[in-house]
Amino acid sequence: MENRIQKLFAQKPQALLSVYFTAGFPNLEDTVPIILELEKNGVDLIEIGMPFSDPLADGPTIQQSSEVAIRNGMTIPKLFEQLKDIRQHTQIPLVLMGYLNPVMQYGVERFLQKASELGIDGLILPDLPLSDYVREYKALFEQNGLSNIFLITPQTPEQRIREIDTHTDGFIYMVSSASVTGSTTGQSVVNTSYFERVNGLGLRNPGVIGFGIHNHETFTQACNHASGAIIGSAFIKALAKEGSLTENIKTFIQSIRLKENA
Amino acid sequence: MKYSVDENGFYGKFGGAYVPEMLYPNVEELRQNYLKIMAEPDFQEEMQSLLRDYVGRPTPLYFAKRLSEKYNTNIYLKREDLNHTGAHKINNTIGQILLAKRLGKTRIIAETGAGQHGVATATVCALMNLECIVYMGEVDIERQAPNVARMKMLGATVVPATSGSRTLKDATNEAIRDWINNPEDTYYIIGSVVGPHPYPDMVARFQAVISEEMKAQLLEKTGSENPDYVVACVGGGSNAAGAFYHYLDRPEVKLVAVEAAGLGIDSGESAATSVLGKEGIIHGSRTLLMQTEDGQVTEPYSISAGLDYPGVGPLHAHLHQSGRAIFESITDEEALKAVLELTRLEGIIPALETAHALAAIGRLGAKPEEVVVINLSGRGDKDLATYLERFNLDGK
Repeated sequence: MENRIQKLFAQKPQALLSVYFTAGFPNLEDTVPIILELEKNGVDLIEIGMPFSDPLADGPTIQQSSEVAIRNGMTIPKLFEQLKDIRQHTQIPLVLMGYLNPVMQYGVERFLQKASELGIDGLILPDLPLSDYVREYKALFEQNGLSNIFLITPQTPEQRIREIDTHTDGFIYMVSSASVTGSTTGQSVVNTSYFERVNGLGLRNPGVIGFGIHNHETFTQACNHASGAIIGSAFIKALAKEGSLTENIKTFIQSIRLKENA
Repeated sequence: MKYSVDENGFYGKFGGAYVPEMLYPNVEELRQNYLKIMAEPDFQEEMQSLLRDYVGRPTPLYFAKRLSEKYNTNIYLKREDLNHTGAHKINNTIGQILLAKRLGKTRIIAETGAGQHGVATATVCALMNLECIVYMGEVDIERQAPNVARMKMLGATVVPATSGSRTLKDATNEAIRDWINNPEDTYYIIGSVVGPHPYPDMVARFQAVISEEMKAQLLEKTGSENPDYVVACVGGGSNAAGAFYHYLDRPEVKLVAVEAAGLGIDSGESAATSVLGKEGIIHGSRTLLMQTEDGQVTEPYSISAGLDYPGVGPLHAHLHQSGRAIFESITDEEALKAVLELTRLEGIIPALETAHALAAIGRLGAKPEEVVVINLSGRGDKDLATYLERFNLDGK
């Protein structure tokens, strides 16, 4: 049976907007309100970040939001409790993103079962190696109808991209450049030769570009080379602003979609 | 029981390479090349000549007569404190810088706790004329000021790690993030037997020179390559890995790993990972680490910046779990006492890290005819400010 991610991409979406946020930030109980507001504002896919004390692939924004979330009391059991009725309210594809250690402590098998029960569609665990996934966990993911999303970078060799493509069923997360999350050093994320090289491989899975996407320009650029783009750090900065969650989310998503709505 | 790393990078169930895809090409490049490059005759020749003429190896194995009398046994000190830069750390940085050069890297990054690894890295970078960036926790920058000054003098850029507990763990996070941001020209010289495979194995091999020399020196002095005990302090575990290396498969040699208990195991202010840790993943390695029930890494504490680490190398996790090594933990107070004891009995001021190993002598139950080797991993110059204050020597 297809999960919601697979259904979404089966419709061959263009300029898909995926948004990441850290669960438990800015406040512990914001998880469900943020999900519902994002859906209301036309976001296509949501990545719920499970905060970790040592997020190696993340820049300062997500590090800090994770610290706050942990201090606020966010844990995996707490998050699951918050999400227990989520499918009565929304059918938007939901991905849980986090690091392997907290998932290991919860118990990988128990985690996958619980996520599936709650109606989660996929997982991104950047430090779960492909080889471990294939050897130990792939069957469990499939039994639970969960897509495991892998990252690739401009440095990932073709052979490995093809291997990843074989073992995943959702989308491939194309890291825009060599960086941790939240880097906005360049206005441009257009690493055209890399994106075109990947597009030329004829992969089974669609690509979505993330890392460094932070405004309308970078979002549009990314969408020219992939099915869509992922925004994380820039959204977290917007959430941290003064004002209501509702207003902050609305203003931010509109600023990204800008010209389509105009 | 096998104690060396297997072909997948594991020691028993510990080890591996749990790294984000951004790091995969770097780690893989290293994995495919490290053994090959290390075996090349010109690499060995260059490394051996530097270890001899630049580092000052072999380091002496010194029979500590007065210390031995006090404990009624035979105590030898492996004098890694006499290495250039004052600790065992340079054995590893010499090896890795030669490797980095052969991989064509031009920019070197490192993490440091006590600053010994940072100094050792800055030193070899100066020697090889390579750019050097050292990440160091803000807290450690404060408590290890002399080493910060040395790194700067050697031309390194010292970047404070301001996240988390602002100690070694966070400096390591920042170094890893730097490597993600600079995947092509940069080589990461990890200072301990931690991190993703092949680092734990590679660093252990570069430190193995310690036990290789010990074997020959003991044979000459005692008539046997084997002591009864080898004792070393363990933060990440590199000096212990080097001191244990050639004895791992000789069960008649007892291996003693000494961790920092901080203010006490149950005080909440400790860094004794083997007691307080659970299996998990830190810095790309499956190992024992101190963490909450929810899998958040907890902030360790030790007076010794070099032992103030919430994890332990996967080799040591395996030695602990298999029972091959005996694990002891020593409090700040006990370590300080051992500093003064060695200083007054033997005229050697040890580093705070090393003092943890010294403080465990009394717990060994070594017999009068037995031979104990303590790996004297570093000298205490960097800790003088702490010693002056704690021993009330500054006249206040």
